[in-house]
Amino acid sequence: MKYVDEFRRPELIGKAREEIRRLIDPSRHYRFMEVCGGHTHAIYRFGLKDLLPRNIELVHGPGCPVCVLPMGRIDDGLALARQPEVIFTAFGDMMRVPGTHGSPLEQKARGVDVRIVYSPADALKIAEANPDRHVLFFAIGFETTAPSTALTLKRARERGIGNFSVFCNHVTIIPAIRAILDSPDMRIDAFIGPGHVSTVIGCRPYEWIARNEKKPIVVSGFEPLDILQAVAMLLRQLRNGEAKVENQYGRVVPWEGNRSALKALAEVFELRPYFEWRGLGFISQSALRIRDEYAEWDAERRFTVPGVRVTDPKAAQCGEVLKGVLQPAQCKLFGKECTPEHPIGALMVSSEGSCAAYYTFEHRKAAVGAP
Amino acid sequence: MCLAIPGKIVEMLPGDSAQALVEVLGVRRKVDLGLLEEADPGRVGDWVLIHVGFAMSKVSERHAMEQIRLLEALGETEAAAIELRQGLEAT
Ligand code: SF4
Repeated sequence: MKYVDEFRRPELIGKAREEIRRLIDPSRHYRFMEVCGGHTHAIYRFGLKDLLPRNIELVHGPGCPVCVLPMGRIDDGLALARQPEVIFTAFGDMMRVPGTHGSPLEQKARGVDVRIVYSPADALKIAEANPDRHVLFFAIGFETTAPSTALTLKRARERGIGNFSVFCNHVTIIPAIRAILDSPDMRIDAFIGPGHVSTVIGCRPYEWIARNEKKPIVVSGFEPLDILQAVAMLLRQLRNGEAKVENQYGRVVPWEGNRSALKALAEVFELRPYFEWRGLGFISQSALRIRDEYAEWDAERRFTVPGVRVTDPKAAQCGEVLKGVLQPAQCKLFGKECTPEHPIGALMVSSEGSCAAYYTFEHRKAAVGAP
Repeated sequence: MCLAIPGKIVEMLPGDSAQALVEVLGVRRKVDLGLLEEADPGRVGDWVLIHVGFAMSKVSERHAMEQIRLLEALGETEAAAIELRQGLEAT
């Protein structure tokens, strides 16, 4: 509550809450999934659960890029990092994600050349500055991030930079939503659609959810007011027996998406036949790989990738949390063996991971409030 | 990582690949404008939402300010500024 008041526009927040109360059916339970990790972070940060009626449950979705990556891919990337000529580059978010033999940061402490970059373009610059080394960029992210990797590969080709490659782990959001809807233990009434992924893909790709699955979906911004308005829009659709795609975040998200970004994606990447996701298993056509035209910059073709597959530690329930079957605190390791200081699963690392968000904002709050 | 950071284009850099200097949270860095819509590629003075060093969309100044406030409220501006600087040191 506190954060929201500090934030701004309490009168509009009040209106949105009133609207929610007016539209809700108090006799039923609602489960809304927020697909995007940015929404998860905002929901905890602003304490939005306290602003919603108790019979609305917000379920966290798979939209945290580092969280959905199976540990085997991290091990594969780090195996390449250990080659002496390689400089391994990745986003800061990746650095503390545990692999079987430690995180990238721990590998760095052991002498592996690991560097944090803010942008794939920075990785390319490191390659230009170090012509006698090979710079590998460990690419992660949904459609928000993949166009930047695509354009970086185009720039590498334009400038003839040969000592650079991308280990591509880009994934696509729609097949993940489909996998969640297909999962037998899942019951979701409606979706809060991702904000920034949608700036790239637009709203059309969600239409099948509304049409075939009869689930409302509202693409939403990240402010408290945005999320409350999105909830009200979902409730209105449910009350009217409708299922359609609506765009609450029109000030940033065009209905058709970003054509330049989509074009760059299509030029550089193609769909993989299948890809493994943490917790969701193998999902067909759910990830991107580099096209033949860019094979020279594809780390998976330039190097021999071990193709490691590891199962998560037995007691870790990251998969169930990612699918929204369990809430973070229901994992047996939560707050005990697994904390942000000593993460066991990636969901405890990234600020978009639901375990880390829950731990930082809810768990501590509870601990402080405890007698 | 998911949240975009607003920045203002301060200078177009020479060359043909849409590079510009953009002021982001008080830090000036090179940003690639190549993902903006071709019909509306961005000019000096425009506000853009930046994600991992690439401008993803043009926004109004008002929305840019709202987004900065949001990042502040989420406690992300400091982390973002550090990341931006890391990016500069990497070069
Ligand atoms: S608490 Fe740790 S082990 Fe459990 S689901 Fe979260 S990240 Fe995974």
